[in-house]
Amino acid sequence: MSAATKRSKDHGINRRSFLHASVTAAGGLLVSLYFNRASAQEGASAAQGPPKINYPPDAFVEIRPDGKIVIQVNRLEFGQGVQTALPMVLADEMDADWASVVPQLAQAKDIYKDPVFGIQMVGGSGSIAHSFQQYRELGAKTRAMLLSAAAKNWNVGADTLRTEPSVVIGPGGKRATYAELAKAATAMPVPANVRLKNPSEFRYIGKRTPRLDSRAKCDGSIKFGLDFDQPGMLTAVVAHPPMFGAKVRGFDDADARRVEGVREIFQISLPRGSGIAVVADKFWTAKQARDRLKIDWDTTEIAKEDTTALWAKYRQLAGTKGLSALARGDESALDKIASANRIVAEYEFPYLAHTPMEPLNTTIRFDGDRAEAWVGSQFQTCDQMAIAQTLGLKAEQVLFHTEMAGGGFGRRAVPDSHVQREAAEIAKKLRGTTVKLIWTREDDVRGGFYRPMFFHRVEIGVGTDGMPAAWRHVVVGQSIMEGTPFAMMMKDGIDPTVAEGITDTQYNLANFNVSIHQPKVNVPVLWWRSVGNTHTAYVMETLIEELAERTKMDPIAYRRKLLKPDAKKLRAALDLMEAKSAAWRQKLPKGHAVGFALHESFDTGVAVAVDVSIVNKRPKVHGATVAVHCGLAANPLTVESQFQAGSGFGLSQLMAKGAITLKDGLVEQRNFHEFVPPYIMDAPVAVDVHIVPSTDPPTGCGEPPVPVISPAVANALSKLTGKRYRSLPLVEI
Amino acid sequence: MAKFQLTVNGQRKEVNADPTTPLLWVLREDLKMTGTKYGCGVSACGACTVHVDGVATRSCMLPISLLGDRPITTIEAMANDRVGRVVQDAWVEKDVVQCGYCQSGQIMSAVALLKETPRPTETQIEESMGGNLCRCATYVRIREAVQLASQRLK
Amino acid sequence: MSSNRVSAPILAALIFLCTAGAVVSASLGKYEDPRPVDGIAAWQQVYSVLVSPRCINCHTASNYPEQGDNRARHFANVVRGPAGTGVAGFRCVTCHQKENADSTGVPGGKNWHLAPLSMKWQDTNDQPLSSAEVCRAITDRARNGGLNGAALLKHHTEEPLVLWAWSPGRGVDGAMRTLPPLNHDEFVAATKQWVDAGMPCPK
Repeated sequence: MSAATKRSKDHGINRRSFLHASVTAAGGLLVSLYFNRASAQEGASAAQGPPKINYPPDAFVEIRPDGKIVIQVNRLEFGQGVQTALPMVLADEMDADWASVVPQLAQAKDIYKDPVFGIQMVGGSGSIAHSFQQYRELGAKTRAMLLSAAAKNWNVGADTLRTEPSVVIGPGGKRATYAELAKAATAMPVPANVRLKNPSEFRYIGKRTPRLDSRAKCDGSIKFGLDFDQPGMLTAVVAHPPMFGAKVRGFDDADARRVEGVREIFQISLPRGSGIAVVADKFWTAKQARDRLKIDWDTTEIAKEDTTALWAKYRQLAGTKGLSALARGDESALDKIASANRIVAEYEFPYLAHTPMEPLNTTIRFDGDRAEAWVGSQFQTCDQMAIAQTLGLKAEQVLFHTEMAGGGFGRRAVPDSHVQREAAEIAKKLRGTTVKLIWTREDDVRGGFYRPMFFHRVEIGVGTDGMPAAWRHVVVGQSIMEGTPFAMMMKDGIDPTVAEGITDTQYNLANFNVSIHQPKVNVPVLWWRSVGNTHTAYVMETLIEELAERTKMDPIAYRRKLLKPDAKKLRAALDLMEAKSAAWRQKLPKGHAVGFALHESFDTGVAVAVDVSIVNKRPKVHGATVAVHCGLAANPLTVESQFQAGSGFGLSQLMAKGAITLKDGLVEQRNFHEFVPPYIMDAPVAVDVHIVPSTDPPTGCGEPPVPVISPAVANALSKLTGKRYRSLPLVEI
Repeated sequence: MAKFQLTVNGQRKEVNADPTTPLLWVLREDLKMTGTKYGCGVSACGACTVHVDGVATRSCMLPISLLGDRPITTIEAMANDRVGRVVQDAWVEKDVVQCGYCQSGQIMSAVALLKETPRPTETQIEESMGGNLCRCATYVRIREAVQLASQRLK
Repeated sequence: MSSNRVSAPILAALIFLCTAGAVVSASLGKYEDPRPVDGIAAWQQVYSVLVSPRCINCHTASNYPEQGDNRARHFANVVRGPAGTGVAGFRCVTCHQKENADSTGVPGGKNWHLAPLSMKWQDTNDQPLSSAEVCRAITDRARNGGLNGAALLKHHTEEPLVLWAWSPGRGVDGAMRTLPPLNHDEFVAATKQWVDAGMPCPK
């Protein structure tokens, strides 16, 4: 029996508070959603000030008669550890007994919207960054209400009381457990302002705390979205268009219908094109039937994309100036530098699939005037609304359960909610029956929503001191925002994620010009863990190391010299990494080389040193030392774990078969034998993580591990082979 | 459809299934044992690993018709298995999991490894666990947990 | 005369006559015995089967088996292991059953395993060894498991994993796997002819 498997129940939220929260927080879908750096910082600092919403504690905390303290987690758990960390934060301020805490993933409701983004979601590495203050205050308010209840019972002043975990202690050794006080406490007014603990008073925050979902994830008892089951539930698969946007011209399902257990086969419309849904008693039946469908696809109107042709087009575009994303200093300075003192570098980055381990799925039951949905969703607000729209309902008529998800990396945060729309189309037809839509792994690998292909052309003029004197950078790649509700975040036609990591570099680059081209391509694209930083950090950090090498300067010293004076987080991370890796760097075995990378993303500064050799013609990462400045680390164990595993995830980019490619409009890869993420031997053998001590507001840890590892490994490889690695994936080294 | 007699975690079960159905889906849908996971369906990720007659087996590609009378052991039985319990405890102690979806399969592979090779080398761990994909890439802690379990099994 | 108009066995025989004929005639004196020539031709037929994907994919020189007609390295990091049966927890039988699993596309056969390294028919770059090298390996009883000619013939006639090559089942895409260039009867006949000829090997 697992804490994590219990589904949240409707809490009878304090109605007045809830309505207030709805009015304040609703404000229309996506209105307050923004990702760019400046806004994120505003959000972070806003979270430190008085909260805009007086969140009612009873929507988040339930104290049960048996002493269990059930805490609603306002966002998806899909590995990042929020289901442990946010309850830690709340329980700390509440002074709750940690052993009694039971986390639940909250349903989709206005009250559970991300305080900064304004929709219920996980993204932008904001799980802790955005809800830290919110959960602290919720805990402190809950505690205050319990104290008020005890004070009233004992007829003493609340200021005469103190708490120990889950117990209020009064004058003369009076004691009352939280469970005993719970009922009376709910009648107490919700305080508008509460005193928060000083960091020295923290019981749980900042302590290495094991995950609450570990056991259930090790004994098979945890239930993911794909494990959801109900009596009478049916399973659906969909024959998706072989090319993005293709439509069904006609189909023959005679053979498919002969498969025993098939219930329904029908055509559905999709956000892109159309498909054939097969609904059956069981998955295997549905899949067998799908394999027997004969479908005539209309692809006449469709652009048939081809990777080779796209590279040619991108390369050509990169030779011209695009939309100006950043212009600093004299743009012509570069042309005045002798060509011998210039570096010209061109980089290629392929489409990447997210391929979370749990294949995409959504379960919906439609009953005419209401619906219920079970989804491992990063975007509850969007997905709930999409289901409602498809079914002709209002969002609040869709009871939306957040299911535990097996990874996501961005793939469960799709602005058009296409999987949920697909499931709703099917549920609409099967009114009164619960239907689980399963995407097979092949559907996922071929289903688009990739990290876009990117081409970079960089020209650097090197000054007499060996430092960059001019830097011209052209990035070519699809916008992930264009054509989605997020387009409102674009300014002057520029998707800020295309060149993030370059335009906001912490290096002091003179005569710095960045421009971008955003070609339209018939391949759906999406954020992929760390978004633009996946490719921009690779370009920046391999070039910086190349510059240091050219100048014969120590790469750490070079970076330190080039960093802006106020690059506080990166300087601290760089210093710590240098110190912690010094010992092993001084005794590298023969055939090994060290590579470095330094990058700030999602307000978190990261420095890494890797120990690499070449084994079986592939890079072998024997060890990595990572230093991170993420403000106050709410759960240092989770931070360590994120950076250890995130290093492995980041190496997806270097895998020999780590690319999605297209030929004549068709995706060439089907499954994990053709699009191959890192296995155990491809990941670092050991990663030691060091956190810069800080009481600054917590910043992201989900995405920042990813950008640094690939350039660091490439830098080490360059030392071993003398080659530059500018075309990913690393098919050969 | 045909009737099949299965022994799962020591218990006799009867299912009525299409003989071509992979064991994975019989476990998950007919027997409602969802600890064993679907990750790829082509034996490329190992999330579906169970033990068939003691042999770590990818259940996603084993048609039920080829099972015969071989007994099946799944993740749900590992808490009561001498090695299984040690491995699970090591996994929890090392805080290995992140999303956790692959970990049933990881643990089933680790148990099979340690039953045959109680003191594996680093290379043996890499080879034996080499077909189990973890997209979160929790491999550093997986290595540590296998080693910890190995020490405990002495 | 271009080589693509000459069938492989004939070409091989011609090459043999050109290159080795002098040696043969020297050792046999004036006798015009056709047997060695036929034996080599028969061997070339046997060889054409041995280096076809259904056979050579499991006669690698590396730490892994191959798969498919393009003889790609087996996916998911499958390794040979000390006995050619994989490693603890990750065996050939982790996926391969005693027979083909056509509904899921996994080939299978009794005792599915890799041939020992002594029976490698490839180099470490995964290129097939020459006809002469494979022939030497297969006729060397120190390397071939102690098989004499009769035992080799029996092996080619009866061994289940050899027979599997002619009933390799369906792949994941549902299509039948391709077969070796000779049918099994032809393969056995060629083996017998070669054995009867004294198992000659090309130089």
